[in-house]
Amino acid sequence: MPTMTIAKAINEGLRATLSKNPKSLLMGEDIGKLGGVYRVTDGLIKEFGEDRVVDTPLAESGIIGTAIGLALRGYKPVCEIQFDGFVFPGFNQITTQLAKMHARSHGQLNVPVVIRIPYGGGIGSVEHHSESPEALFAHTAGLRIVSPSNAHDAYWMIQQSVESKDPVIFFEPKRRYWLKGEVDTQEPGLAADLHKAHVLRQGTDATIVAYGPLVPVALAAANAAEEDGHSLEVIDLRSISPIDFDTVTESVKKTGRLIIAHEAPTFGGIGGEIAARISERAFLHLEAPVLRVGGFHMPYPVAKVEEDYLPDIDRILEALDRSLAY
Amino acid sequence: MGSTQLPAPGLEGMQADRQIVGDEPSTEMVQLLGPDGKLGADPVFSDYAKRLEPEQLRGFYADMAKIRRFDQEATALQRQGELALWVPLTGQEAAQIGSGRATQPQDYIFPTYREHGVALTRNVDLAELLRQFRGITNGGWDPNENNFHLYTLVLAAQTLHAVGYAMGIQRDQKAAQDQGGSKDAGKAAVVAYFGDGASSEGDVHESMVFASSYKAPVVFFCQNNHYAISVPSSVQTRVPLANRAKGYGFPGIRVDGNDVIAVHAVTEWALEHAREGNGPVLIEAYTYRVGAHTTADDPTKYRLKEEETSWRDKDPLERLETYLRAEGLADDDFFAKVKADGDELASYIRRTTLELKAPEIRASFENVYAEAHPLVAEELAWFEEYSAGFEGDEEEEAN
Repeated sequence: MPTMTIAKAINEGLRATLSKNPKSLLMGEDIGKLGGVYRVTDGLIKEFGEDRVVDTPLAESGIIGTAIGLALRGYKPVCEIQFDGFVFPGFNQITTQLAKMHARSHGQLNVPVVIRIPYGGGIGSVEHHSESPEALFAHTAGLRIVSPSNAHDAYWMIQQSVESKDPVIFFEPKRRYWLKGEVDTQEPGLAADLHKAHVLRQGTDATIVAYGPLVPVALAAANAAEEDGHSLEVIDLRSISPIDFDTVTESVKKTGRLIIAHEAPTFGGIGGEIAARISERAFLHLEAPVLRVGGFHMPYPVAKVEEDYLPDIDRILEALDRSLAY
Repeated sequence: MGSTQLPAPGLEGMQADRQIVGDEPSTEMVQLLGPDGKLGADPVFSDYAKRLEPEQLRGFYADMAKIRRFDQEATALQRQGELALWVPLTGQEAAQIGSGRATQPQDYIFPTYREHGVALTRNVDLAELLRQFRGITNGGWDPNENNFHLYTLVLAAQTLHAVGYAMGIQRDQKAAQDQGGSKDAGKAAVVAYFGDGASSEGDVHESMVFASSYKAPVVFFCQNNHYAISVPSSVQTRVPLANRAKGYGFPGIRVDGNDVIAVHAVTEWALEHAREGNGPVLIEAYTYRVGAHTTADDPTKYRLKEEETSWRDKDPLERLETYLRAEGLADDDFFAKVKADGDELASYIRRTTLELKAPEIRASFENVYAEAHPLVAEELAWFEEYSAGFEGDEEEEAN
């Protein structure tokens, strides 16, 4: 079984998609010869040509809007938005057009566009390069939103996203691009269902839900907690819309405590949605209020202080202490 | 694979752009049939006009009369409370019928929301246009049946869809040729309709950049009807909109939008240009929205009656009628038949609209996603259970 980075796994997933599906194509800024600013599309233009790996003008609304048109013509465009903070010029096309096309045509039109967005902080970058805007999209019906946390998932989830008949926003945890892992390129195994959450670690005292870049942090926090005698269950959500509430509910019924961690600000975020649903589904099983560990209600801070902004092991353990002490 | 295709330095087709001379904004425009109903000449486009058979010319008139009558009926239906809103097109018949009739079945059209005349030329059942305005659908027809996309209400968003669709046509053509098809296999073009107001939207700019870079087979058809609701086109642009094409590196043509013959000629030329792989064209059809923006608008607040009157003198139907009669191409019987057909259409529109049944909210759960979605399923299940709690209440009330 080959070992590769998340970036390479997405690259291989895209290569497999382009080989398999002649209607699939990649579009984005600098994705051709350069291979994208993170080299996720490295080498693909050489292999598939510039009609299928398209260097676009520098215009995000243009990328998404023309991708919609290509999809209406029967193509499967995979768009790369260079950085999270640059998706907003395309926000109108995504929310008013892409998300609604299938519904407003009574199912006569499909627009299976995939939008890849490197997201999240922790790379010491400049303004607009470290954001986590997933909740803004999750609030929009018609979109599917996923985020892999490891190479194997990345390899399969990107292919499944392209195969989906619905538009998918594929959030790539950019600070984990170089995280290596084994990838079974023959069988997806547990990754067979794009929208299924995975229990990565069994535990009995509390459940930690995370996705994308914070999954390794949650696992590390669970290891640290174990040294203190606390058994944490860790769930990798994988899919942000829809959310696999069944897996989370089942876990919380067992542990009685839930902590949700994401880099995005907690207010109006995915964690709040999970907290509300779980309080409906497992209220009598809860030993403590559901807690969130996330970003503050502020513009993403400057690089020199981002470590104090981003949820880390200690922030998760602090929430765990509060939950256990309740 | 070569490098990204760029427009040739000579900008082929620019001979049709001679209405734009030098750096000075020009108001010169292509006109063949003047307001007096007399046919003039144009070095490029007269050849296209000469191809028109009398039957086609009569057809133009019949279409324009039909869509105007349709517009009146829809307006009446709105005034009577049967439609929530109506978006009248009166005054723009020539721009829409002339351009729509220049398209071929394999072409694909992306309208804004006032293109009822274009819909007619694409054989869309006009009754279906009213469904959206009665509040029973956000679509109304199957776009793939006549290659006529749904109306788009977020201005200019569809111009990008049009360019993307045209990029798809390019790839399909290449694939067809790679598989041994003829040079003409799969030739088609896309028309993106928008207005002077929408021309200020960033998506129009981006769509023109993309279309130009990839030489996409798309015709940008801008109906400059002089107003974006109340704001005059002078606030959107200080130069004729057609001039903007030059900045993107493709031909731009300003045409008298009330001259159906010229509009048809110019659009045919542009579509041929696009289908032949020469890239996009911008057409600015210079016209006037004689009525209100919508039935919720009040033009008396922002323009003078005299201005409206001066445009009524340039009426697209009257000038064609004058021409057809003068040339002996149509007689009283023809015009009487056109009127009768219009009344029949109006009665059909009225009948079908009044028969339209409101859908159930349940239908709104159906196509949020193309594939099964647990949240939608859960909410629908809840709604069914909730609704079941009211069963019997209606009977009780009725009793």
